[in-house]
Amino acid sequence: MLTVSIYRYNPEIDKEPYMKDYEVDTQGKDLMVLDVLEMLKARDSGLVYRRSCREGVCGSDGMNMNGKNGLACITPLSEALGKSKKLIIRPLPGLPVIRDLIVDMGMFYKQYEKIKPFLINDTPAPAIERLQSPEERAHLDGLYECILCACCSTACPSFWWNPDRFIGPSGLLQAYRFLIDSRDTATEERLSDLDDPFSVFRCHGIQNCVQVCPKGLNPTKAIGHIRNMLISQSV
Amino acid sequence: MVTQVTNFGRNGVSNWLIQRFTSVVMLAYFLCVACFFVCNDNISYELFNAYFSSTPMTIFSTAALLAIIAHAWIGLWAVSTDYLTTRMMGNKGTVLRLLFQTAYSSVLFIYLVWGLKILWG
Repeated sequence: MLTVSIYRYNPEIDKEPYMKDYEVDTQGKDLMVLDVLEMLKARDSGLVYRRSCREGVCGSDGMNMNGKNGLACITPLSEALGKSKKLIIRPLPGLPVIRDLIVDMGMFYKQYEKIKPFLINDTPAPAIERLQSPEERAHLDGLYECILCACCSTACPSFWWNPDRFIGPSGLLQAYRFLIDSRDTATEERLSDLDDPFSVFRCHGIQNCVQVCPKGLNPTKAIGHIRNMLISQSV
Repeated sequence: MVTQVTNFGRNGVSNWLIQRFTSVVMLAYFLCVACFFVCNDNISYELFNAYFSSTPMTIFSTAALLAIIAHAWIGLWAVSTDYLTTRMMGNKGTVLRLLFQTAYSSVLFIYLVWGLKILWG
């Protein structure tokens, strides 16, 4: 039997959040954490969490499992538990909890919106499409794969302290994705928008984001590239 | 673009460059002073005084003092804008942050004037 402790909070009923323990029979299988949650949901329909694709593509089921953020659908129990015998599941840290494991992602999306996550190109549009060479396209590898699950940003202390001013690792990874895109012509404008003490420079390089990214991306490296671009533009 | 008037540098790049440059100055000064103590077995007051009173060393000490002041200002400003905020502490956050920023900027100013007086007075 596996003991699972889950953060519960229904603001319509509960005065404050609490941890509720469940016993789950996994029959010795190394299930995904989401499978365990589904089993518990069948027993306790009041338990709520987000999920959709259940294969690590949609980014809905980001949560904190035994202290580490990740996607429940692609995190095996063995990985989440480590040497522990108890699975502790909490919502993503740093964001307001709506109910149980569901957080309000508004602040996270607001930062994403700030970086203008779309191509800006003022030159006349060609007849068919804007072409890229294979080399130019290769610059986007390791950047475009972000699924906006918020595991990285909510693992970052700088984002906890300043979620309204620090763009966060996810947003900055996306910012670099458009800064480096050969089809985008708004590089200077994008950099000017980021050149303040909070948006980029609140990253202190502790690399929690790299450690938790379920897609194996490296936001710290992208932030380093943005910093270098800002310095090159300024000096 | 997010700005604050209590910020030391003009923007993020300025703060970042000042932090790195002042770190190098402080490291160089530390190594220079450490070499003096390591390379001299019997350090007397006369030797110590002669070393630190020389014009190159006085200039270097002044640079190190200015580096510490700038480095500390930026570092403490970052700490204050992380923890002493309305988000973390409610409405009193802004008042506490301004009090803290006034306190450390006053202390740093006193250290600066005091240090310059010692070095050049």
